[in-house]
Amino acid sequence: MTDTATLASRRFRPGFWTFVAGILFLAFLTVTVIRFTKGLGAVTNLSDKFPWGIWIGFDLLCGVGLAAGAFTLTAVVHLFNLKKFEPIVRPTILTGFLGYSFVIVALLLDLGQPWRIWHAIIYWNPHSVMFEVAWCVMLYTTVLAVEFAPVVLERFGFNAPARFIHRLITPLVILGVMLSTLHQSSLGTLYLIVPSKLHPLWYSPMLPVQFYISAIGAGIGMVVLESYLSKRAFHRHLEMDLLEPLARGMVVALGIYGLMRLQAIQRNHAFGSILEFGYEGRMFLLEFTLGVILPVALMSFRRLRSDPNWLVGGAFMAVLGFVMNRLNVSITGMEAASGTRYIPSAMEIIVSVGLVATGMAVFAFAVRNFSIFPGGPVGAGPDPKPGA
Amino acid sequence: MGMGLLFDATRCVGCGACSSACKEQNKLPGPVEEVLTAYTWTTVQPREGLNVRRMCMHCEVPTCASVCPVAALTKTPEGPVVYDAERCMGCRYCMMACPFEIPKYQWDRPVPIVGKCILCAGRLKEGKQTACAEACAYEATVFGKKEDLVWEARTRLRQKPGEYVNHIYGLTEAGGTSVMAISSVPFDKLGLKTKLPGEPPAMRTWQVLSNIPDFVAVWGVLLYGVHWITARREDVAHAEAKDNGRENRS
Repeated sequence: MTDTATLASRRFRPGFWTFVAGILFLAFLTVTVIRFTKGLGAVTNLSDKFPWGIWIGFDLLCGVGLAAGAFTLTAVVHLFNLKKFEPIVRPTILTGFLGYSFVIVALLLDLGQPWRIWHAIIYWNPHSVMFEVAWCVMLYTTVLAVEFAPVVLERFGFNAPARFIHRLITPLVILGVMLSTLHQSSLGTLYLIVPSKLHPLWYSPMLPVQFYISAIGAGIGMVVLESYLSKRAFHRHLEMDLLEPLARGMVVALGIYGLMRLQAIQRNHAFGSILEFGYEGRMFLLEFTLGVILPVALMSFRRLRSDPNWLVGGAFMAVLGFVMNRLNVSITGMEAASGTRYIPSAMEIIVSVGLVATGMAVFAFAVRNFSIFPGGPVGAGPDPKPGA
Repeated sequence: MGMGLLFDATRCVGCGACSSACKEQNKLPGPVEEVLTAYTWTTVQPREGLNVRRMCMHCEVPTCASVCPVAALTKTPEGPVVYDAERCMGCRYCMMACPFEIPKYQWDRPVPIVGKCILCAGRLKEGKQTACAEACAYEATVFGKKEDLVWEARTRLRQKPGEYVNHIYGLTEAGGTSVMAISSVPFDKLGLKTKLPGEPPAMRTWQVLSNIPDFVAVWGVLLYGVHWITARREDVAHAEAKDNGRENRS
C-alpha cells in the first residue's frame, strides 16, 4: 500500500502549489468568460484615457523581455562557441518559449478582437512598430519551438528529425538572435511615438537600444533565477561554475544600460524631477536602485557572485527592477499626461498571476518528463539523482 | 491638399447642433456626451466663457494611421482619416499614440471597435459638406478646401487682431491637421494640446523602422562572422592538439 503510494507520488504529487495553480487557473477561466461576454470594461480598469494596462505593461513587455535569456544563451553557445554553457541552454529555450506563449495568451485577452490576430499577416503597414513586433513575435516563437523540438522528438524516439534540426542550428540561432534584436528593441520603439505623453525620466530617442540591452541583462538574471527555482523544486545543485560568469555578463549589460539611462535623463534635463521626489521621481529611484545600482554594485564583487545566496539575490533584484522599469514606461510615465491614475483591477491581476503560475506549472511538467536538465527527466521524489 | 474644417470659438454659441447632426449622420447610439467616447465623435465643451468643439483633427500625417499594424486607419486624399472596422484587431495602439487623444473604444461590448470622427468621408465623396458644418447656423464650423480655410482664418485674425489669439491651431500642431481652430482665448485654456511637436510623431518611429532592412543585413553577416571565427578557432585548436600527438577528444 505504502509502496504504491510512494510510486504514485513520485510521478505526480498534488501539493500546496499545485492547488494554488489550479485555483488561479480556474479564476483565469472565469475572467476570460466575463471578458468575452461583457467586454473589456467589465474586467479591466482600462478606459479611453488609459487604454493599455498591465496586460501590455507586464504580460507583454516583461514576458518578452524576460525571455531574452534564450537568444542570449543560444548566441553565447552556438555563435560565440562557449560550449561550457550548453547544459543550461535547454531550460532557457523552454523558458523563452513559455514566455512567448504567455505573451500570446495575454494578447488574446487584451486584444479587442483576438480572432483577427492573423490580420497582421495579410494587411501590411510597414510604418507600424506594432506590425514589426507582431511579425517578429510570430516568427521567433516558431524559431523557439523548432529549437526546442529536438527535446520532444528525442523523448519519443524520433531521432532523425532531431538530428536534422541540430544540423540547422547555426542559421536557426542567427535568425533567432536577429528577430530578438529587432523586437526586443521595438518594444522600446513603440513608445517613441509618444514624446508629448511619456515622462522625461523615461522618454528617450534611445528607448529601442535601452530596451534591448536591459532585456539582455534581465534575461541573464532570469536564467540564474530559474536555475535556482528548479534547484529548490527538484533538489538539483546550482551550476555555480556557469552562473558566476553569466552574472559578470549581467553586470556589463546592466552597467551599459544604466549609463545610457543617466545620459538620456541628462539630455531631457529631467534630473530635477528626481530631486523633486514626486510620484515619478520616487518610482524612478526605486526602479533604478533595484534594477541597476544594486545588482551592478553587488555583482561586481567576485566573492558575492560566487556565493549562491548573493548571486540569486542579485539576479532577483535585476529581474524585479526590469519589471518595474517596464511598468514605469507603460504606466507610471504615462499617467500624468493621461490626467488619470491607473491601478489594475483584481481581474487583470488574476490573469497575469494565473498566466505566470500556468507557465511555472508547464515548466515543472516539462522538467519532469523531458530531458531539460542534464541527466534526463527529473523526479520530484525524496531521493533525487545527484545532478550531473 | 484636401478638404477640412475651420472652427471659430468666438462664434460658437454652444447649441450642440453639430454633435446631434453627427450622431444622426453616423447612426451613433445614446445621447451626446460631455467628452468624446466611441459613441460621441464630436462634442462642445464650455471653457473660459467660450465653447470649444472637440473632434478628430484629421492630421496631414496621422499618428494613428502610422501606428496601426493592420492599416485600418488611413488618410484619404480628400482629407478625412478613415477607419476600417473590418480590419481592426483591437490593439488600441492608435489610442495610445494619438497626440490629440481622439480615438475611443467600445469598452462595454464583447466585440468592440474604435470610434472617432471620419470627417463624413462618405458625404465628401458625394460632394457634400460634413453634417456638423451643415448643421451649424452660426458659421462657427465652416467646411472647405484647406487652403481656402487657412486664407479665411488669416483674414479673420488680420481684420480683428484684438479679438483673436494670433495663432491658427492645427496649422503646425503634430505636423499640421485638416481641422483648424481660432479663438480669443489661448488654446491650452480651452483644453487643447499645445505642447505638440511641429514634426509629425510618425517620423520618430519611421526613422528607426526604415533602417531595419540595412540592420538585418549587417547584423546577419556580423553574427555569421562571429560563428565562422569561433568555429574556425576550434578547428585549429583540434588540429594543433592532434599534431602534438594528443588524442582528439571530439
